[in-house]
Amino acid sequence: MSAKTWREIPIGGDVVDAGNAVEYKTGSWRTFKPVWYPERCIHCLFCWLYCPEPAILVEDGKVVGIDYDFCKGCGICVKECPDKAHALELVREK
Amino acid sequence: MGKVMALTGNEAVAEAMRQINPDVVAAYPITPQTELMHKFAEYHADGLVNTELVLVESEHSALSAVVGASAAGARAMTATSANGLALMWEIVYITASLRLPVVMAVVNRALSGPINIHCDHSDAMGCRDSGWLQLYSENSQEAYDNTIMAVRIAEHPDVLLPVMVTLDGFILSHTMERIDVLEDHEVRDFVGEYKPRRALLDVEHPFTVGPLDLTDYYFEHKRQQMEGMAHAEAVVEAVSREFGERFGRHYDTVEEYQLEDAEVAIVAMGSTAGTSKEVVDELRQAGEKVGLLKIRMFRPFPYDRIRNALRGKKAVAVLDRAVAFGSYGGPVYTDVRATFYGVSDAPVLVNYIYGLGGRDITPAHIRTAFDQLKSIARTGRVETLVGFLGLRD
Repeated sequence: MSAKTWREIPIGGDVVDAGNAVEYKTGSWRTFKPVWYPERCIHCLFCWLYCPEPAILVEDGKVVGIDYDFCKGCGICVKECPDKAHALELVREK
Repeated sequence: MGKVMALTGNEAVAEAMRQINPDVVAAYPITPQTELMHKFAEYHADGLVNTELVLVESEHSALSAVVGASAAGARAMTATSANGLALMWEIVYITASLRLPVVMAVVNRALSGPINIHCDHSDAMGCRDSGWLQLYSENSQEAYDNTIMAVRIAEHPDVLLPVMVTLDGFILSHTMERIDVLEDHEVRDFVGEYKPRRALLDVEHPFTVGPLDLTDYYFEHKRQQMEGMAHAEAVVEAVSREFGERFGRHYDTVEEYQLEDAEVAIVAMGSTAGTSKEVVDELRQAGEKVGLLKIRMFRPFPYDRIRNALRGKKAVAVLDRAVAFGSYGGPVYTDVRATFYGVSDAPVLVNYIYGLGGRDITPAHIRTAFDQLKSIARTGRVETLVGFLGLRD
């Protein structure tokens, strides 16, 4: 989003578009990044359940990937992934 | 049209509020405003208004409740004085920043301390930079009329800023006066139905009020507030003109009283403007060319009107019922002086601080001010630039 002038924005700081957080990409905040290994995933959905963003992408009850536009790299998904599966690893962003 | 009633200033504003019939009013008592909300609460108890009356636990809560109600889409009002206004401080700025067209009566009282309950303008002057419009009332009739006009001014789409209607504590608030009261339907017709630009209760159009606004947009929102303030002067003029046309009582941002051919003049706000008119009449009868400029609208400050009204005068005294500690003079004085920077036919401008903590200002004090102005006009010499009226020296 490019910043707008004072003539172009609603007065009083009103935010008038509902659900506009999707326009605010927070992925650039990451220091660490979770990497998902589909071959090891048991699709328990713990990562999806605990993710504070909806950054774990799920289709038909199965994990299909990570939305890096919104993942802030908090590592909760990695922590919650069962040890026996170990389908998520945290790596430093380059 | 209407009827004549004997009302105190507080009762006159409460009467206006009854006729406006706001959706929400929040009330917390403080002298000398208490009687105003007391009266309005009576109207509420008697079922004469449809208002949701919220009795809160502090002035901070009173204005907060009004802000919430206004954001929800309600026409919302409150009233306070002095320390109550000071306790509202945080929300005073927030009301203006959120562009909520709230109307609040401020019954002027000295700020503590030492504690004092009587009139001066230190309370409202503390809010002069807060983004609220300020209308000062010369008498209770004007306080009644200002309250009705303030609703239209605040809600005007070019303004959308809160308006403070002030009346001098005790001098007006507790003094009975002859008031021409409009018919209820005339007031309701004049203020019209409130159509908020957005309403939180309009669930079809959800929006967020008061989000975090950091380095990226806060500056832009302040610039927008300045724009609302810049439009306010024309709106105050237009609403006052319409009020005059409909009801026969004429107001403007400033009032020039015997000013056109005056050589010396006084600038005053609030009830002291009325006292000054008496002295002007008296001195005029003695053949002296004296006049008065009453400032009704202090925020936004009507620079052009004041410059045009006073330029070419020999000497002008600005009366301030408040101190701006550490400043060049009183708050009205510094604004009037700023008006004349770089103006070739500027008058000599002197300042009198008067009436702090309710100290009486009498016609004799005003005559003293005119005496000094006449002396300046004659000799060109200024003895005291910032002086006092009624102070034991």
